[in-house]
Amino acid sequence: MTQKKILVVEDDPVIVISLEFLMAQNGYEVQTCNNGEDALKLAEQHQPDLILLDVMLPRRTGYEVCQALRSQEQFANTKIVLLTARGRDVDVQKGLDAGADTYVTKPFSTRDLVKTVKDLLGDAD
Amino acid sequence: MELNLGLLITALTYLGVLFGIAYYADWQRTQSRSLINNATIYSLSLAVYCTGWTFYGSVGLASKQGVMFLPVYLGPTLLALLWVFVLRKIIRICKRYSLTSIADFVSSRYGKSPFLGGLVAVIAVVGILPYIALQLKVIGTSFQLIIRPTDLQVEGLPLMTRDATFYITLVLIAFTILFGVRRLDTSERHEGMVAAVAFESLVKLVAFLSVGLFVVFGLYDGFGDLFTQAGAVPELEQLVTPSGDGSFYEDWFLLGVLSMLAFLLLPRQFQVSVVENVNEDHISRAAWLFPLYLLLINLFVLPIALAGRLYFAEGTIDADTFVLTLPMAMGNESLAWFVFIGGLSAATSMIIVEAVALSNMICNSLVMPILIRLHILHTEGRPKLDRVVLNIRRGSVALVLFASYLYFRQVIGPAHSSLVSIGLVSFLAVAQFAPSVIGGLYWKNGTRLGAVTGLLAGFVVWGYTLPFSQLINAGLLPSSILSEGLFGLSWLRPLHLFGLEAMTPISQATFWSLLINTGCYVGVSMITRQTALERGQANLFVDAFRYGRDSSHAQLWRGSATSEELRTLLQRFLGNRRTDQVLREFAHSRGLNPEEIWQADSDLIQYTEKLLSGAIGSVSARIMVASVAKEEPLRVDEVMDLLDATQQAIAYSQQLEEKSQQLQTATAELRKANLRLQELDALKDEFISTITHELRTPLTSIRAFSEILYDARNLPKAKQKEFLSIVIQESERLTRLINQILDIEKMELGKLEWNKEPVVLQSVIHQALASVSQLVKDRRIAVETDLVPGALRVFGDPDRLTQVLVNLLSNAIKFSPEKGGGIWVTALSKQDQVVVRVRDNGIGIPSEYWESVFEKFKQYQDQEEERPSGTGLGLSISKTIIENHQGRMYVAPGSESGAILEFVLPLWSKTSQPEVDARPPQKAVAA
Repeated sequence: MTQKKILVVEDDPVIVISLEFLMAQNGYEVQTCNNGEDALKLAEQHQPDLILLDVMLPRRTGYEVCQALRSQEQFANTKIVLLTARGRDVDVQKGLDAGADTYVTKPFSTRDLVKTVKDLLGDAD
Repeated sequence: MELNLGLLITALTYLGVLFGIAYYADWQRTQSRSLINNATIYSLSLAVYCTGWTFYGSVGLASKQGVMFLPVYLGPTLLALLWVFVLRKIIRICKRYSLTSIADFVSSRYGKSPFLGGLVAVIAVVGILPYIALQLKVIGTSFQLIIRPTDLQVEGLPLMTRDATFYITLVLIAFTILFGVRRLDTSERHEGMVAAVAFESLVKLVAFLSVGLFVVFGLYDGFGDLFTQAGAVPELEQLVTPSGDGSFYEDWFLLGVLSMLAFLLLPRQFQVSVVENVNEDHISRAAWLFPLYLLLINLFVLPIALAGRLYFAEGTIDADTFVLTLPMAMGNESLAWFVFIGGLSAATSMIIVEAVALSNMICNSLVMPILIRLHILHTEGRPKLDRVVLNIRRGSVALVLFASYLYFRQVIGPAHSSLVSIGLVSFLAVAQFAPSVIGGLYWKNGTRLGAVTGLLAGFVVWGYTLPFSQLINAGLLPSSILSEGLFGLSWLRPLHLFGLEAMTPISQATFWSLLINTGCYVGVSMITRQTALERGQANLFVDAFRYGRDSSHAQLWRGSATSEELRTLLQRFLGNRRTDQVLREFAHSRGLNPEEIWQADSDLIQYTEKLLSGAIGSVSARIMVASVAKEEPLRVDEVMDLLDATQQAIAYSQQLEEKSQQLQTATAELRKANLRLQELDALKDEFISTITHELRTPLTSIRAFSEILYDARNLPKAKQKEFLSIVIQESERLTRLINQILDIEKMELGKLEWNKEPVVLQSVIHQALASVSQLVKDRRIAVETDLVPGALRVFGDPDRLTQVLVNLLSNAIKFSPEKGGGIWVTALSKQDQVVVRVRDNGIGIPSEYWESVFEKFKQYQDQEEERPSGTGLGLSISKTIIENHQGRMYVAPGSESGAILEFVLPLWSKTSQPEVDARPPQKAVAA
């Protein structure tokens, strides 16, 4: 069984470290980048099964990246989890409208995040 | 016959000159120039007061009663002192409301009463007839004398002379109509007529002075010689000294008052002094020039009288003709002709002006209102009403002069009354207007009924005491009435009414008529009530000076009319061209297009009434306008409201204007403040949203690693330690962030405490370097300092300045490359400033970010590199601190390769910063 691939897009280096560790610990192959443009390139390149996408990104926001991915057929089934520091209803709705599967609010519970990711990927124990 | 021809030529030539002058003045006016807009000409025109009575009659009176001729001239002289006030007020009112006669004035004052106007017109006409007749007598007599020099006797006027007077009357009618009733004018001014009258005033003065000089210096050797000779005759001596007669002073006083009133109220005086007045400021010069004229024309009265008495045997020559007969008797023919011309001037000018004034009254206050009321003059129908009005006036002129001729022929001729006694009859008639006019000017409570009662009572007493007795004297009524009284009642004897014996007939008539008139006016006014309109008009008249000189808005009217009706009405009296012109003027004064004024508001209605009032009188104008405009009656309180409103409106609107300006300013300020608040609110929202984001970031890391450490028990020791150090590092970051946010908040609210003192900048730099020394050592960064040796003092808060330098150094460290990092710190002084520079050899800052790096939470990062772990607030805070120290901070040029951040602060010295040392000890202040 090949490892499922997860792309982490987050501009805070420390948070990237934590996410990378968590996903790897749960048996996923992880790629990381810290801005929206790189995210699109890496997604094209690696065809990840799931993307952990921060909203507040340099260059292109998480919403834009989300929309750009969903506009392409190849990413129609790619799971997208938005990481947002803004937990307000408008922000959540904006993310879901852009095509995200779900969202997680910072600071997040690592257990909940891992469970969300596993649920989306059908890896639930 | 030779003489007659010469006389005819002289008279015709003179008449031609008068025509010429009048024509020239009228022509000037069509050229928009006014010949009579001149205070001297105005004063001369007032001398129409001096008629044939003055010219011939004064000498007649003086030859019998001495100085008794004087009060008639002293009255107006004394009045000249009051003039400036009374006349100015009358002029102001008449100009404002286009009142063109004394009848108009009185009726307008008492609620625009048509009846009152008609009554005044009747009294004026009846009262003035004897006066005009007097002039006719003067002309007739002098004419007869000069064409029959051999027959100086006046006993029994030959038929031929009567016919001559008749023809003269016809000529005067023609002359008056030509100059006085040429066209219908809204101001009722006759420039040509006034110019001719002023010229005649000059002629009669020069003529009279010539006779005086001829008599005193030709006949006698000056005043001394004349008076010495007269003093030798006992009867003549009496003339120059006041007689011991008990009624002498009363007569003087009453005559003075009488002539004072007459001077103000005679229709012709009202015409020249009020209606023909061009500029009310002319009054000031007339106030001394006219009395001077009176003095000159009276100078030789007594000398001529004395000379006449000395020269002619008593009773042979009528003393009223001395002025003419003396030069004739001396054989001075040319002087006699000149005197004749002078007398003619005096008489004709009076007749013309009086006839014009009376015809105006008869037409406007008597005939027009009746015609309109009887629906003979419809408001619709024949378009050209100005012709009708003019013809009524022409007819009135002819009527007045014919009636005067009849009075002359039937009453004066047979009665042989002296000129003065006839004139005084008329004086007293017009004096009856005094209570209503003067009361109307200064007493608001005078009512219409009071005025009517007073006028009627005074008129009846006058009629009974004076003209009635003249009719008796003329043999037209039984003389028993004079001696026994009407119906045999002795207290009704015309010359001794109510048993008053001590006074002369004229004095007792003056006394009784004015007393009863005034009593009725005041008494009835006090027991009757004014209507709303009367009350309003009374206020407008009495308070005339409270409104501006040209303000015409002080009218009391409320109603509505269609504009087309008003235009038609105006066209019928003024003609199409003039109507268009006045309406354009109206539109212009209101700042409107002529087309726009045709929403006929009450202003336009009032304007129309004012224009018509000038042409056909206030009463007729009112009826005419009312026939097209539906007037809504005003109640008294509304009138008072209107009046109060006009007076208070100006002050009130000024207040309002001020208030509204204040409000506008306040509104603008509030709007600005509101905008600022909205901006601040948006900023605050953004700030809070940014802050929560920034706070969540380290918190996310801390929570994530804490949970990883908690859950993963098999984690290698090294990994555990790495994660724990991250937790610690992120906690510090969080703490720093919170502190900085609090700092910013305090600084923005101005709550931050600054402990400023003179600070040596080098020590601040060293302290900051010390606090980052561990970091520097860890990252193996080379730090070089280049600080000038002398102490660089600034005035500031040492802790905050240290904070700035730590921020700058931290940034430099953060951006330094992993290997070979270097930081250079320099401090130097430039003139009176300190420049501190922190440079690194890191990634640098592209020039487009040089400004924005100082904004909150704006960090520059290269896309390839990882985001530097800063708060994004350091530079913003540092800049704020430096600016608080009157300095500035900026990214220096050359920052593209390795950032260069600089700040500049003012150098502190004892002299340049006096406030530090000069700060007084607190206790000293308290003491």
